[in-house]
Amino acid sequence: MQTPTLFALLLLLVLVAYGTGFSRALAAARSRGGVRNLASLPSYYGLHTALWCGLPALLLLGAWLAFDNAIIRAMVMNSIPDRPETAAGRNLLYVQIQNLAAGNLFGETTPELQAAADRLNSLRSGASLLQAALTLILALGLGAFALLRFSPELRAREKVEKVLRAVLLACACAAILTTVGILLSVLFESLRFFQTVPVTEFLFGLHWSPQMALRADQVGSSGAFGAVPLFTGTLMVSAIAMFVAVPVGLMSAIYLAEYASKRVRALAKPLLEILAGVPTVVYGFFAALTVAPFIRDLATSVGVQASSESALAAGLVMGIMIIPFVSSLSDDVINAVPQSLRDGALGLGSTRSETVRKVVIPAALPGIVGGVLLAVSRAIGETMIVVMAAGLAANLTANPLESVTTVTVQIVTLLVGDQEFDSPKTLAAFALGLMLFLSTLVLNFIALHVVKKYREQYD
Amino acid sequence: MTTMTLDAAGQTGAAQPKTVERETVDTQRKVTETVGRPLCDNAKLRMRNVNVFYGEAQAIHNVSLDIGRNEVVAMIGPSGCGKSTFLRCLNRMNDTIEGCRVEGELTLDGEPIYGPKVDVVPLRARVGMVFQKPNPFPKSIYDNVAYGPKIHGIASRRAELDEIVENSLRRAGLWNEVKDRLDKPGTGLSGGQQQRLCIARAIAVSPEVILMDEPCSALDPIATARIEELIDELRENYTIAIVTHSMQQAARVSQRTAYFHLGHLVEVNDTEMVFTNPQHELTEAYITGRFG
Repeated sequence: MQTPTLFALLLLLVLVAYGTGFSRALAAARSRGGVRNLASLPSYYGLHTALWCGLPALLLLGAWLAFDNAIIRAMVMNSIPDRPETAAGRNLLYVQIQNLAAGNLFGETTPELQAAADRLNSLRSGASLLQAALTLILALGLGAFALLRFSPELRAREKVEKVLRAVLLACACAAILTTVGILLSVLFESLRFFQTVPVTEFLFGLHWSPQMALRADQVGSSGAFGAVPLFTGTLMVSAIAMFVAVPVGLMSAIYLAEYASKRVRALAKPLLEILAGVPTVVYGFFAALTVAPFIRDLATSVGVQASSESALAAGLVMGIMIIPFVSSLSDDVINAVPQSLRDGALGLGSTRSETVRKVVIPAALPGIVGGVLLAVSRAIGETMIVVMAAGLAANLTANPLESVTTVTVQIVTLLVGDQEFDSPKTLAAFALGLMLFLSTLVLNFIALHVVKKYREQYD
Repeated sequence: MTTMTLDAAGQTGAAQPKTVERETVDTQRKVTETVGRPLCDNAKLRMRNVNVFYGEAQAIHNVSLDIGRNEVVAMIGPSGCGKSTFLRCLNRMNDTIEGCRVEGELTLDGEPIYGPKVDVVPLRARVGMVFQKPNPFPKSIYDNVAYGPKIHGIASRRAELDEIVENSLRRAGLWNEVKDRLDKPGTGLSGGQQQRLCIARAIAVSPEVILMDEPCSALDPIATARIEELIDELRENYTIAIVTHSMQQAARVSQRTAYFHLGHLVEVNDTEMVFTNPQHELTEAYITGRFG
């Protein structure tokens, strides 16, 4: 039986189990004179039965789907008398068998292979039958078990809530485990990279040119992996972005929260937030086609040399992109400062700006710092704008009018196109990713520390 | 005559106080004139024909009242009667409320409080305010008290500032409790201490008038007693207007008591008079606990 059909059947069973449990509880309630004489509400009895029926069967099905292929493969491979020594050889052989089993013939086959393919097919059909039978029997059996155990004294709600708590915990764990998984995969790939390129060269090398020579006589393929130009490029673009976004965002937040009338606020806030909804690729070509040439022309007119793809253009546009982040978060935080603090300050004869500067902002500071650091990690991780406007040349420069490149841009260029995944060139992307991850981690750590230290609590 | 109706009401009132009260005292009745002694010769704050509107709704109707020098005037009345609104007119805190409009003649030492030429900042420095809920700034105890002197440039040197802080805390009766932890956050104090800190903060800018909006409503009886003592001491140097829901408090701390009702000033008189021999039947009904 196909797995989707099995799922549908299982769902049907679960629904039937719910209905049966529910009506059983209702019937019991009638004979006892009302639902309030049951230990739980009827719907909980329904859920209780449904969970007994569905959950173990689903778990079984999940486990089956996870291990099914590996077990069948082991069984097939064990039946072959002379197996290749290497893992790659065994993989190749198994792929051949699979193809044969699916009826795709490539080249000649041996009787052994044909036998293995037949065995694979029979195992597969047997397994799918067994899987369906076991799942359904489990569902039916446990559903019936739950119904048999039904009694009006059964505390169905407590049991259901226990299961729900476990489900919630599992969901929370899924998010954490995914993060750990991503981190580990990046880490291991990076370690492979660092086997070919020393960590010190990667971290402190001043030259970035990740082209690996395919032939010995190839030109311009030095394969230098010094990431410092990328780090400085990222830092410069992010710094320019924050230089734009923090003052503008914070001040617009202060205006919106403290000075604007209700009508202006109702109009301006959503308009500002539209800015956050613009896709970054649109910002990217705005930066590349409008801002960068404008900066170049401006620089030329005052007699300064400027590249047509510059850190300044990318940073400025990125800053504009981040403004709504800073302003929206800060605005919320400033609004959360209790009115009583403002009244207190005004009642002492503070002007409005003194109130804002000396009472409201200090009280809101932890939240503002949090918002700004979120914006920083967004700036560091932002890709599209820099890809389009900052350029690809890994220049080690402090001049914002020159073109620079960033960590994210390099990750993109390293992994775009057909690549072999065991050359240092592609593995370098993982090392860069690890650096990004670590830097945001450190950033968050610092942020938490700052927030804790300067926290000024209010009720 | 008044006594008669009230007595009759008292008898039936035991069974159904709510309905009877309506029959005896028409609490919705228009009050046209303030009875008692709203004006005084030695007025610090002088209010004449004050009307306050929130948008279309009128919150204060034609109130005239004087608050004398070194006098404590208590304002009592049922919830929503406009006493806080009236108090907040006196240092223009109502300016912060959108749609609030104040009409009438209000003066502090003969100088207008409202008007295009009046700067609200020095006004609020002269007329300090203590709020219902203690609202210390999220700063250290020292900085809370030093905040006002700093923004008004009252103290130029650190030593002067230290002295002002210590004096204010002493006068607020808080010094002995906090002198060893001036650098700790003011929000870490207990409710009563926080309120005394707010009073210290208010007197640190040496105001002439202190407005108190139910300063003890969030405090326990012991903290309340301390603040009441404090009000009595402060009277030597300041003019105080206090809004309170506790009639005992009004009786204990004030020289004159003003009774507000639905935005009207019903009666103002010497506190003793108000509580022993009220002139207006609404006042009498309120202080004997028949509504409110």
